[in-house]
Amino acid sequence: MILNIDPGIVDWSRAQFALTAIYHWLFVPLTLGLSFLVAIMETIYVKTGDPEWKRITKFWMTLFGINFAIGVATGIILEFEFGTNWSNYSWFVGDIFGAPLAIEGIMAFFLESTFIAIMFFGWNKVSKKFHLASSWLTAIGANLSALWILVANSWMQYPVGMKFNPDTARNEMHNFWDVLFSPVAVHKFLHTISSGYVTAAIFILGISAWFLLKKREILLARKSILVAAIFGLIMSLFLAITGDGSAYTIAQKQPMKLAAMEGLYKGQTSKGLVLVGIPNPRKKAGDGQKDFAIKIEVPGLLSMLGYHNVDAFVPGVEDILAGNFKPEYQNVPSAEKEKAFPVSEKIERGKLAIAAFGDYKYAKKAGDKVAAVRADSTMKANFAYFGYGYLKAPEEDVPNVALIFYSFRTMVIFGFYFILLFIVVLYFHSRNLITGKRWLQYVMLWTIPLVYLAEQAGWIVAEIGRQPWVIQDLLPTRAAVSMIETTSVQITFWLFAAIFTALLIAELMIMTRQIKLGPKDGGTK
Amino acid sequence: MFESLSLFSLQQYWWMIISLLGAILVFLMFVQGGQTLIFQLGKTETEKKILVNSLGRKWEFTFTTLVTFGGAFFASFPLFYSTSFGGAYWVWIAILFCFIIQAVSYEFRSKPNNFLGQKTYDIFLFINGALGTILIGAAVSTFFTGSQFSIHKENLATLANPVISQWQGPAHGLEAVLNWRNVGLGLSIFFLARILGTLYFMNTVEEKNILGRAKKQLFINAVPFLVFFLAYVFALILSSGFAADPASGVVSMESFKYLHNLLAMPVVLILFLAGVVLVLWGIILPLWKFEKSASKSIWFAGTGTILTVFSVFLLAGFNNTAYYPSTYDLQSSLTIRNSSSSHYTLTAMSYVSLLVPFVLAYIWYSWWSMNRKKIDTIEMEGDDHAY
Repeated sequence: MILNIDPGIVDWSRAQFALTAIYHWLFVPLTLGLSFLVAIMETIYVKTGDPEWKRITKFWMTLFGINFAIGVATGIILEFEFGTNWSNYSWFVGDIFGAPLAIEGIMAFFLESTFIAIMFFGWNKVSKKFHLASSWLTAIGANLSALWILVANSWMQYPVGMKFNPDTARNEMHNFWDVLFSPVAVHKFLHTISSGYVTAAIFILGISAWFLLKKREILLARKSILVAAIFGLIMSLFLAITGDGSAYTIAQKQPMKLAAMEGLYKGQTSKGLVLVGIPNPRKKAGDGQKDFAIKIEVPGLLSMLGYHNVDAFVPGVEDILAGNFKPEYQNVPSAEKEKAFPVSEKIERGKLAIAAFGDYKYAKKAGDKVAAVRADSTMKANFAYFGYGYLKAPEEDVPNVALIFYSFRTMVIFGFYFILLFIVVLYFHSRNLITGKRWLQYVMLWTIPLVYLAEQAGWIVAEIGRQPWVIQDLLPTRAAVSMIETTSVQITFWLFAAIFTALLIAELMIMTRQIKLGPKDGGTK
Repeated sequence: MFESLSLFSLQQYWWMIISLLGAILVFLMFVQGGQTLIFQLGKTETEKKILVNSLGRKWEFTFTTLVTFGGAFFASFPLFYSTSFGGAYWVWIAILFCFIIQAVSYEFRSKPNNFLGQKTYDIFLFINGALGTILIGAAVSTFFTGSQFSIHKENLATLANPVISQWQGPAHGLEAVLNWRNVGLGLSIFFLARILGTLYFMNTVEEKNILGRAKKQLFINAVPFLVFFLAYVFALILSSGFAADPASGVVSMESFKYLHNLLAMPVVLILFLAGVVLVLWGIILPLWKFEKSASKSIWFAGTGTILTVFSVFLLAGFNNTAYYPSTYDLQSSLTIRNSSSSHYTLTAMSYVSLLVPFVLAYIWYSWWSMNRKKIDTIEMEGDDHAY
């Protein structure tokens, strides 16, 4: 007997994945960036032989180690949650999605875990150069790991390089390179790692500023600020460039996500970019209400950024739902080249594809080859909309517009603020004024929470913006879930919430104590 | 190179890689076994610190191997991943919890202001060592004893519930620990990990008091290990198994299936026997000639562990056997033929697998670089990053 999926299990499974991913994403960006910054500092030590640089390197390395451990702890669950909580997903796309996870383990995790031991314990056991190489290899390992998981994530946003096989009831990889080098994957990887580099640079700026405020470790603080600010400025500019690239790919591949990012319900040609605004929280697609209480926008900029054409039409939520736009800029199935389909029609086509899949399986079992070929042909003609068949109404295709709108602005506004901060810091540092500017030291210190806020906001834009899809257009979240009792996931949700919160508190307490102790005692006593 | 191989050859190749990763994982569980011995072998704070730091330089290998084992299983046999993880929910979640608490414990335990206190982190390490090994052993044992699940790929066409793999027992995996054979393998792995832990300490630690206690613990743990392991092996070769017809894929019960597998695959039999002999030799050697041989015994017992576990995995998956059998619906059982990734994906992954020797080489080199000098009290006092 087949029971219906309890909607509660989908919500709780999503909540659990979001919770564990949010916790993991608190620690990963710092690991990505700090690993390189530590390696750069150690390189300066090896090049100059100045013991102060060794002391500086070891101090930041201690903080890196504390952060790394909790990143590992929160990371293991994510890989296995694809199986425990999203079992249907694991089979439907496991042929493609599993490969990056395995490569991540073989190529990245072993590199990281092997050389991190030398990085921490090998100071007196291996040569200076081997130790330095270990620090760089740890950083490369951490960033390679980001590459593979982001390739996997990008494929969820933009599934390419595969075909559906009705015999195995899953999507199968047909071109590995399409998966690896999809434009979404390239932009997502570069944008995400550069955000990690900026996070680490601001972390170093903030803590160094604290030392300056306390009038302690002035030399360490000044040297660290210089390295972090140069690194941070280069990476924050790169972050802006890759952010632009990401937005461009979203416009082509996920127009609904772009519409949500802009709070755009009715599309326009020469559409302006909303700089700041307050979206109407009660607004629903097609209800005729105003979409914004107030907004300030730059004319034509959204068309320019999204389609590299100032006159381009940017479809809004209502246009996408109704199919009221010419998809000349969007990468769409060939059937939609002339005119976009309304979502209601996509739902009908999706149901046709799913029913044809069922007919195919039945015909194969019965040995009816003619019926199987007919069903296969119907399924192929409509497969681009397979996932829509699981939706109950077109409105389900719309993600949480207000949340995505605010998250996007949080990420972008802070991103530009970080560029400005790095420039100001470098200016005062170059004039030897950094130690006297207490206001700037406070600004640097209090920018630390802001960079974490920007990181989380970026994650929300990427992942909540993808809803209702777990695989864009092919599998909605609700059809991806494991068939377990809702109470089981409720229990594990609270267990994870409790253990990760406890570990976060421990991490913050240890980290702040280590910072207060400073590098004099090696950062460990 | 790999493109020309048949799908079945690739499936076999990947089952061997999974088996090898599983085997290396069990060997590396000396870390878990060692964690359960910290309180018994270390009587002073310095001794405990030596033991923790000796393990603390290797724990990430075990952790990474577990994660890679999971990732490789996902990539090569995704139907196992979706069926077992999504079905035996509680047993896998319990295992994951054991590893979450381990990951922070080394780094946090001796740091000041660590919120939960050093004792809590040491207890975390003990839980990881004890429960983690027993549960992983019990989960792997279901490869021979079976689980209750059904798989219907046509469910995808059911809009209200398209889930393909569905668990049919209310305990969602916890029922595995109610089967004495599963518990038997779990306890075998637990005591084996403790044996390997004592041998690892003999290899890396330079403190007489610790080594004396390790020798005693080696004997104490060898006895229950042999009892549980031999009982498990005898039960296994006498039990019925899950045979899969290679032409039709139909799964049926076959008396003495695993004994038949051993006899049908003499290479596996030889690997298994050689592995058992090497483990026993690794145990006997330090008890017999401690001064001369204790330090290198880990390599005998470790190699033996890898060979034994590798052959046990081959026993589960090769010779037309369902490696993840369903006792609820025999025809839902997973074989390496019906649960693998496509030819293309296995081929692409096979090229990636060529990196494995390179990975093993740098692991060996770094291990050698770090272990040239044994850990002692002096090193602990001078190391500013000691756990």
